[in-house]
Amino acid sequence: MSNTKHEWPLWEIFIRSKAGLDHKHVGSLHAADAQMAIEMARDVYTRRQEGISIWAVESGHIHASNPDDASSFYDPMNDKVYRHPTFYQLPDEITHM
Amino acid sequence: MNQTLIQYILQLADNGLIHGHRLSEWCGHAPILEVDIALSNMALDHIGVARSLYQYAAQLEGNEKTEDSYPYHRDVREFYNVLLLELPKGDFAETIARCFYFDAFQFHFYQALQKSKDAQLAAIAEKSLKEVTYHLRFSSEWVIRLGDGTEESKHKMQRAIHKYWEYTGEFFDSNSIEEKMLAEGIAVNILLLKPLWEKTIAETLQEASIAYPLNKEGAWFHKGGKDGIHTEHLGFLLAEMQYLQRSYPGASW
Repeated sequence: MSNTKHEWPLWEIFIRSKAGLDHKHVGSLHAADAQMAIEMARDVYTRRQEGISIWAVESGHIHASNPDDASSFYDPMNDKVYRHPTFYQLPDEITHM
Repeated sequence: MNQTLIQYILQLADNGLIHGHRLSEWCGHAPILEVDIALSNMALDHIGVARSLYQYAAQLEGNEKTEDSYPYHRDVREFYNVLLLELPKGDFAETIARCFYFDAFQFHFYQALQKSKDAQLAAIAEKSLKEVTYHLRFSSEWVIRLGDGTEESKHKMQRAIHKYWEYTGEFFDSNSIEEKMLAEGIAVNILLLKPLWEKTIAETLQEASIAYPLNKEGAWFHKGGKDGIHTEHLGFLLAEMQYLQRSYPGASW
């Protein structure tokens, strides 16, 4: 494990738990290629009937926001309550909102 | 008739139990975590099928037998698994080779067993076929990866494929139990499975660029397991498996 050059690439695994729902990130694993990643994900992440569909994405292909940007990215939103749709009176007939 | 059927069931069950036990020996020792989990999952699949079969045998035999009577309270000579499955697990390529041979056999066997006149066996076959289809996919995939991998992995895979070849003839060699059950429409005609199995094996080996072992008609092969004549290895396996129940009969937790 010391020589990272000989390690298989890391893959992020997403599982859809049932039809109609979205794929959710469940974890990651090492695999030589996409096919192996999906088979290993089947063995590691669906052994308790967690899913019906698997996505594997090579971790290197994921671009993430920088935690250092948090103050400029997210803080400006905390005084903008008017962006929440809570200022409307919903008619009684409308359910599931 | 009943006694013959029970022994036929035990033959199938013992294959599952002994193969499952050998695979479980990889738990905590596989090359990588994901393969460790995969092999343990498969070990449990095989032991699960064995349990269904032992339960069925116990129900037929009565006499206060339970599913545990068969794994824990029989001696070597009363086990009927094929010899391939009791051999020490070997290195990773060797485990993959024997899984590959056996998975390919089970894949065709369970398809045929679905048509058995015995409804219980047919139902067990139908359920197991889904698991076996994945087992075969897993082992074939690894034969190809190792065969088509580095020089070292190819060498080890090729060696393992050769090493176990002479244990595969037993799959297709019927004993008197199988012949009697075949006449009743219960057993699978294993002779018919041989060309199917050889085709499955040959296709994958070709893709893996592994040489197909010599296959002379009438070539010598190891046998005896189905009649209870085993290698020295099974006794050690059973000693480990049965120790607790033999020392503390009926122990449970």
